[in-house]
Amino acid sequence: MATNSGGLSLLQQRQRAAFWFIAPMLAALFFVAAWPLLRTIWFSLTNTALSDLYGGEFIGFDNYLSVRVLESGRWIWRGTLVDPAWWNAVWNTVRFAFVSVFFETILGLIVALVLNAEFKGRGFVRAAILIPWAIPTIVSAKMWAWMLNDQFGILNDIMLNLGLIDQKIAWTASVDTAMYAVLMVDIWKTTPFMALLILAGLQMVPRDIYEAAKLDGVNPVKVFFKITLPLIRPALAVAIIFRMLDALRIFDLVYVLTPNSAATKTMSVISRENMIDFDKFAYGAAQSTLLFAIIAVFVSLYIWLGKVDLSGEGQK
Amino acid sequence: MTAQKLLSTVGFYALVVVIVVFSVFPFYYAIVTSFATGTELFKVNYLPKSFDWGNYESVLGGRNFLRSIVNSVFIATTTVVFALFLAVTASYALARVRFRGRGLLLMMILAVSMFPQIAVLAGLFELVRFLGIFNTPWAMIMSYVIFTLPFTVWVLTTFMRDLPVEIEEAAIVDGATPWIIITKVFLPLLWPALVTTGLLAFIGAWNEFLFALTFTSSETTRTVPVAIGLLSGASQQEIPWGPIMAASVIVTVPLIILVLIFQRKIVAGLTAGGVKG
Repeated sequence: MATNSGGLSLLQQRQRAAFWFIAPMLAALFFVAAWPLLRTIWFSLTNTALSDLYGGEFIGFDNYLSVRVLESGRWIWRGTLVDPAWWNAVWNTVRFAFVSVFFETILGLIVALVLNAEFKGRGFVRAAILIPWAIPTIVSAKMWAWMLNDQFGILNDIMLNLGLIDQKIAWTASVDTAMYAVLMVDIWKTTPFMALLILAGLQMVPRDIYEAAKLDGVNPVKVFFKITLPLIRPALAVAIIFRMLDALRIFDLVYVLTPNSAATKTMSVISRENMIDFDKFAYGAAQSTLLFAIIAVFVSLYIWLGKVDLSGEGQK
Repeated sequence: MTAQKLLSTVGFYALVVVIVVFSVFPFYYAIVTSFATGTELFKVNYLPKSFDWGNYESVLGGRNFLRSIVNSVFIATTTVVFALFLAVTASYALARVRFRGRGLLLMMILAVSMFPQIAVLAGLFELVRFLGIFNTPWAMIMSYVIFTLPFTVWVLTTFMRDLPVEIEEAAIVDGATPWIIITKVFLPLLWPALVTTGLLAFIGAWNEFLFALTFTSSETTRTVPVAIGLLSGASQQEIPWGPIMAASVIVTVPLIILVLIFQRKIVAGLTAGGVKG
């Protein structure tokens, strides 16, 4: 290669340029992500109030867990880790994440297999499934809140006419059904995304494999489980982890569709509620730090156990 | 055999119809509702019965909803332009230059985009207050960088990786610096990718709710999702469903049109996020 200015090799010159190209992005990310995260963790170790952000004192891990021994010898535990409302939110979030991702994966797989087949009107179907994805979450929540309305909702009407239910259900308000309502809307809205990710994986499977299987007279079900599924496993693994992370941090749908319902309150919702609405700023910060920790542990485990290559570097 | 084939064809198309109806029906029903007023609203109509623009008039007549649309357009556009500006150079470096720690850096960027936004809320709230931008569009513009920037860097990096090496080598032989390569050689090739990525980031910023809800305090500074989310009637029991549906249709129709126009590119952009093998 030609010699370059300043006696630097071409690679060194390019690496130096690369540094200056990346630096502004890293600075921006530090400013809006790393620094606020560190401050949140710091706040979680103080007794800061929303109205006086700089008046907090360091109190160690008291927001998480603290114990006080009364004179009578009784032990009083305090903090998020012994707060039943927090554990209810953890349970809601985990349940929501696993159930929604499970159904989205199964339904997404079905939709992707349909879209991978060649048939008339395939473009139309693909356009149709993009619609739920394109609708803002808040709008979906409102649309479904109306459809799920206990008195005038169309869903109760359809189910009554079909004889599936014998009286109108207050989907979003009732404790028993609120989680179903949230799951329903989330699955409706996010299955298209899942389907598109899986479809991309399906389209990488060479067509001649199917041809060969067909010639050998292999049962289509067997083809799916023995050929298709193993080949799209990497794509599926990535799609599932993306969805899982998204589901674990869910906020907007729950906040708008089932406001103030203990049956659906997730970790994000309860953290914000404490931080902003209840003036327990530091306590909420501790809860959001815990959510961050849970997600970090989950991702590490998943990548480690599944040997998922997220960076896409391995394929090159 | 033919009977079986016929049956499976019928079954297949039945499945197709079910998928389409499930996808489209809720939005269709929102449109039907948005044209119903008065008592018509409280009857379940499967087909449009009335065409009353009353709900649209009441939504657009209220000054604040138009204001929210302006806020959202301004915030989303500014965020996306800023993110793309930083992302183009960064993703060139990440995609085309070999250096130590590149894989780690990519993982870090992905981690930030997957981050629970609630985890930075307390810190960002402090930052927003400190900078004196609470209840202004700048609070949202700043905080939206946290998800638009990693996303645009990530997608543009995968696009840039796929550009042929020969073009770049030819430019290097001609003595082009990395800056020239980006602006003169790659950028013209990247326009389609930039449009797609920008559009996806725009949709993300347009739909954001948590930060917009927390960093605004008056009706005039709300973004569209917050305005719709908090649209309420005279009392708790009296939810104005008609106007809510009209507002929903107004903000969704442009998005759906954009998405349908850029359908193929969007699918490519979405899946570039990681599913490459």
